[in-house]
Amino acid sequence: MPVLEVRHVSKNFGAIRALTDVSFQVERGEVVGLMGDNGAGKSTIVKAVAGNFPPSDGEIVVDGKVCRFHQPVHARAEGIEVVYQDLALADNLTAAQNVFLGRELKKGFWPIRVLDKQAMIDRSAALFRELKSETRPRDLVKKMSGGQRQAVAIARTRLSNAKLVLMDEPTAAISVRQVAEVLELIRRLKAQGVGVILISHRMPDVFAVSDRIIVLRRGSKVADKEAGKTSPEEITGLITGAIRGD
Amino acid sequence: MATSVRESVEEVGRLPDFVAVKEQTPLQRMISSQSFWVTIALIALVILMTAMEPSFGTPANAANVTRNLAPFGIMALGMTVVIITGGIDLSVGSIMGLVAIVAGLFLTWHYPWYIAFAMGLFSGLACGAVNGFFVAYAGMPSFVVTLGMLSLARSLAVVFSANQMLYQFGPDAPIVKAIGQAKWPRHGPENWAPQWIPELSSQFWTMVILALIVGFVFNFTAWARHLFAIGGNEEAARLTGVPVNWIKFQAYVFSAFTASIASLLLLGYNGSAINAMGQGYELRVIAATVIGGASLMGGVGTAFGAVIGSAFLEVIRNALLMAGIDSNWQGAFVGAFIILAVLLGMQTGGKSILSASLAVLMPKKNR
Repeated sequence: MPVLEVRHVSKNFGAIRALTDVSFQVERGEVVGLMGDNGAGKSTIVKAVAGNFPPSDGEIVVDGKVCRFHQPVHARAEGIEVVYQDLALADNLTAAQNVFLGRELKKGFWPIRVLDKQAMIDRSAALFRELKSETRPRDLVKKMSGGQRQAVAIARTRLSNAKLVLMDEPTAAISVRQVAEVLELIRRLKAQGVGVILISHRMPDVFAVSDRIIVLRRGSKVADKEAGKTSPEEITGLITGAIRGD
Repeated sequence: MATSVRESVEEVGRLPDFVAVKEQTPLQRMISSQSFWVTIALIALVILMTAMEPSFGTPANAANVTRNLAPFGIMALGMTVVIITGGIDLSVGSIMGLVAIVAGLFLTWHYPWYIAFAMGLFSGLACGAVNGFFVAYAGMPSFVVTLGMLSLARSLAVVFSANQMLYQFGPDAPIVKAIGQAKWPRHGPENWAPQWIPELSSQFWTMVILALIVGFVFNFTAWARHLFAIGGNEEAARLTGVPVNWIKFQAYVFSAFTASIASLLLLGYNGSAINAMGQGYELRVIAATVIGGASLMGGVGTAFGAVIGSAFLEVIRNALLMAGIDSNWQGAFVGAFIILAVLLGMQTGGKSILSASLAVLMPKKNR
């Protein structure tokens, strides 16, 4: 059973049609690259799956269950996590504090429920080890490299054992060396059986990790190809419209 | 740990920008904090003044200073909470005035003291709730909302009091006074405290207890974690499921709560209520908070800093007075210290000026 099934999803914003009848699936442990030019509908599909708004038409099925999300919290409850483009990290907090932000571990009894800091630090350290990242739980995020920041954002998704992770342009704003680090993190997620949707403009990154590449153009899906059976040239053609899709 | 990481990094041959910054020890963290240096400056000032001015170091003056700083310290705790979220509360002084007048009116109408205090507190919390609603739920800038409340609460205080001083407090007047003027420990033959221990006011002890509570909350609760996260990156906090609006709302209510408590204690101490109580206090409270190390950009602040900042301002005021310097100079000194404190805490290229100059003064051996 696919971890995510998008069935005939359309989305209108007033008179603007952002998505038209888009369908695709993501299996466990599969990395799907989602490509398209600006305004092709990439972020709309991500936001619909992440629960920012429900689709106007069609349905989103998680693990065989038809879901209708109105808030990101609902999607998260079904095991869908998002790594946002700006990572959604608080710079003034440490790595561990960011990983557990909004779901802090506590101990003690009401009314004195205090933070279980050591448990959070230990758990984050374990997550970073799992991701083979050199990030330390007590370091301030402010002082971290782009790759380490990505590791914090990704560790956050591992906290809940997400089934599906949506990554929005994870390699857009970091140095070449750190890109390799992030791609490695994506491979680790895959190895742990997590489905990943990778939204990116950077063709080499998408080809480096994706099993399948989906191309959106003007709100419709124009291609859904195995990464091994296509080429950057073909994908570029599909994105720009030089090559007609299915 | 840090060295092993560095070694392994060198083995792999990565460039230095990948090397993690060394983890700070608690001692380093303390030394790099602004409140630590303000504390040092405060101690130095106290020692200097004690040596130079015989009337400064007396228990009576110590009791005086600690009592005077307490209302500011109490309000600075509330202000710190608001400033951590990245907001500001300009209305605390006016809220003090309104709370004093509301409580004073109920006392003049011969209600029991606890009813009067409860009504005063209620009016203060209502102001805080209005602030919080417009900032958190209507999304308005805190500066504008609380500036409006500064005007509104003061005006209400003037109207309610018919611009009269309230002092005929009915049967519970002695209790109200006792609350505001209570001291511990007491001197005198029937009490244990020797003369050299200052008789500390109820206002001071209230500040101490409140500071301990706020300090505990800041360090050990998820609520405070969320507060800091909101100040660091509000959008991130929202996306990770932190109830941002609700916490911001609570911050303004708490600030108003501390203003109300300060007001009620001063009401008891003075034995009278005037609608001008707290006028201009908001700026001193903000100054104290900032000197104590809170950042107006949000995300930074401590309970200790709030108290130490208030203490610093009051000791300077007191010292100038004792040294016989024209009291009109106070503003200049306070202003200079605000600018200096913010300058020291400012971030330049990821490093505060304070820690940058420290690195020059005390070079690390292992570089």
